[in-house]
Amino acid sequence: MKAFAELLDRLVLTPQRNAKIRLLADYFRAAPDPDRGYALAAIAGTLSLATVKPAMIRDLLLERMDEVLFRYSYDYVGDLAETVSLVWEPPAGVAPSDIRLSDAIETLQATGRANVRSVVRDMLDRLDTSARFAFLKLVTGGLRIGVSAKLAKQALAEMGGKDVSEIETLWHGLAPPYSPLFQWLAGEAGKPVLSTPAVFHSVMLATPVGEGDLDELDPRDFAAEWKWDGIRVQLANIGGTRRLYSRSGDEISGAFPDVLEAADFSGIIDGELLVGGTARTNRATRTFSDLQQRLNRKTVSRKMLDEYPAFIRAYDVLFSGETDVRAEGFLARRALLSDLVERASPQHFDLSPLVPFSSWEELDRLRSDPPDPVIEGIMLKRLDSPYTAGRAKGPWFKWKRAPFNVDAVLMYAQRGHGKRSSYYSDFTFGVWTEIDGAETLVPVGKAYFGFTDAELEILDRFVRDNTTERFGPVRAVRAAPDFGFVVEVAFEGLNRSTRHKSGVAMRFPRIARLRQDKLPREADRLDTLQAMIESRS
Amino acid sequence: MKPDALLYPAPKGLYCEIGDFYIDPVQPVDRALITHGHSDHARAGHGQVLATRETLDIMRIRYGDGFCGTSQAVALGQTIVVNGVEVRFHPAGHVLGSAQISVAAKGTHIVVSGDYKRRRDPTCLPFEPVPCDVFITEATFGLPVFHHPDDRAEMHKLLTSLKQFPERTHVVGAYALGKAQRVIALLREQGYDRPIYIHGALQKLCDYYRGEGIDLGEIRPATLAADEKQDFAGTVVIGPPAAFADRWARRFVDPLAIFASGWMMIRQRAKQRGVELPLVISDHCDWPELTQTIREVGPSEVWVTHGREEALVRWCELEGIAARPLHLVGYDDEGE
Ligand SMILES: [Zn+2]
Ligand SMILES: [Zn+2]
Repeated sequence: MKAFAELLDRLVLTPQRNAKIRLLADYFRAAPDPDRGYALAAIAGTLSLATVKPAMIRDLLLERMDEVLFRYSYDYVGDLAETVSLVWEPPAGVAPSDIRLSDAIETLQATGRANVRSVVRDMLDRLDTSARFAFLKLVTGGLRIGVSAKLAKQALAEMGGKDVSEIETLWHGLAPPYSPLFQWLAGEAGKPVLSTPAVFHSVMLATPVGEGDLDELDPRDFAAEWKWDGIRVQLANIGGTRRLYSRSGDEISGAFPDVLEAADFSGIIDGELLVGGTARTNRATRTFSDLQQRLNRKTVSRKMLDEYPAFIRAYDVLFSGETDVRAEGFLARRALLSDLVERASPQHFDLSPLVPFSSWEELDRLRSDPPDPVIEGIMLKRLDSPYTAGRAKGPWFKWKRAPFNVDAVLMYAQRGHGKRSSYYSDFTFGVWTEIDGAETLVPVGKAYFGFTDAELEILDRFVRDNTTERFGPVRAVRAAPDFGFVVEVAFEGLNRSTRHKSGVAMRFPRIARLRQDKLPREADRLDTLQAMIESRS
Repeated sequence: MKPDALLYPAPKGLYCEIGDFYIDPVQPVDRALITHGHSDHARAGHGQVLATRETLDIMRIRYGDGFCGTSQAVALGQTIVVNGVEVRFHPAGHVLGSAQISVAAKGTHIVVSGDYKRRRDPTCLPFEPVPCDVFITEATFGLPVFHHPDDRAEMHKLLTSLKQFPERTHVVGAYALGKAQRVIALLREQGYDRPIYIHGALQKLCDYYRGEGIDLGEIRPATLAADEKQDFAGTVVIGPPAAFADRWARRFVDPLAIFASGWMMIRQRAKQRGVELPLVISDHCDWPELTQTIREVGPSEVWVTHGREEALVRWCELEGIAARPLHLVGYDDEGE
């Protein structure tokens, strides 16, 4: 536990990404199995451990500490786990003896509710201060150390001298404590063989077209495709095992039995999951709101399948049969893909069409006025680009339609988290509509980014000076036709929503500009937003 | 006599009316007894100063020859009588020359701890418990959260980091008197024998410590002439904490910010200062040492000053020991 605790202490205070990777990689090299595997799981968020309530930790402490002294201490430190780790004194005669991380976790996993109190007390007595802190953060589920699963995978790659895509490919087929993975990375064993062969391969991502990015590039080196407004997926059928993954590698097979059943070809393809009819059946592609009806479900009813039929618009192929074709160029892969789609079910698969163009100006026009409302932009792919994991700049670009903009009025604000916890930085805003003959603001979205630090100061000041009501961490602010704060909100799309009073929900809203030059009465109306949905469906 | 007739807090500091002297006064007075050389305790401009020889030397280094009217060096354990009050200095274990001051008259005996610690320190004599009626203790780290770890384990962290990040300059913030020399001495004890680079503000005091027979190994200035080129990669550079904010710190390659202080026990403290590697090395007692010292000294009354008074007073109450806070002003509770 000691080494793990020291690692956490260092990671929290280390700002540089490369330094974090080195700290992690060195830890992974030095720590034994299965400790390092549990550490990895704790950091990457794959550890399952029933959590202990902070109130229980506090109770355990007050069994042996004066409450006044505890209060002085807690007020000073400000964090319960840290306070307890610091003030805890083992009874006389109990010397600290490090507990292995794996022993601590396996013991907790095996402990029933009735005994958890005494098990936790016993561990707190045996650990030293820093290990006690790590342990408390683990058991209260509050391990926040600023390291993402992605960074942890980078560190694994560094440890074993492998490419991170190799780790990502294996990742979803492995589980804590990851011993085969570490043995392979340490050069003590071969690459782990996964029990489920149809495993996720990291997807290739595009970078947004920035100012001047295309100036030096020749349009003849690129193919263009529409960027469809569904969700990016990977469909695998290897050795008869079929799986559907989101682009981050989460398995979503359960929600799309229709697509899986139809996937009777062998290989792995990349595409957009959509609802509606394929081009091959000559029926329209439906909106993201319709697709949402099918997302996040464990099972799907017959009715659902009929009303919201799902299909895949194929972009690329990674494996043709059992053969890895990712090293081939885009055109060569596309020929294989075209073949594969040709033979697949016409109701469930079609090929993403290429968009012919001869200049960037022409493509820009097509991008701003696409022929189908479910298109959200253009994808540009170098004709000779191999399929590589991650987001390298150069081979693939995405060129989105300009996002939508409306002027809205600030209605509520909530305290932010972490670095922003001293600011009101999460904002709910609304637009005007008439309810029972009166002009009323209805909330249409919530945003917590898009503004600069200086703009945040202004917003925060406004919130503090104009609070009308408080509900816990939320403050309502003054918002009348002639007094209030107008913000320009940019967003990527609109969905119908039954959860929101306004009936619409924004996708990826952000505060694009502060409009202190406008009065709330000049802000947009709900009708405008409804018309935006109308025009696209 | 009643203890607070012998010694009581006055605006300029702790005052002994019978002896007509102050202990660590914060403003100029006619006669001052000084516990140790830290600038909030040892100020310039007093008429007569009584202190250990080392403390007087340190004051001279910091303030120049005219730092007081007259000075008198007092040997540890020696009894001197000031206007009928018996005064003795005892080692406090805080920094080189630091002392507790014992004051006795008419059957009443008070010991003023000054700043003190109980850990072993290769750069000064260890604290000596002196039985007394009233023990005036400092409480810089007077909260149950402070349990300072073993300083060898802390130094080990620094040595590990030097191996792990050999391309970065390890810049250690440490107070110029005591802490800086202790960090160097601890590094030497751990077998670190490469040159250690220091900020100019540390030079005179390091020289003084060496002159007193404390082995600091090879020390070089981290201040270089303009035409010299050195990148300090992989070296240990020590400077006063205040120097980190100014241009001085910018000369180093990819600096790794380290701070050697008891405050580094608290993660938020380290974070706020932008410290990447906190080293919990304190020249003051932690909570168990404060409470253990009170038990050992066994006074009938404890007066608490300098830091977090309320928690230690509460602890005394729980232990059935009479205690009160002194609320002295003018001392730096944070400098460590
Ligand atoms: Zn001091
Ligand atoms: Zn002091």
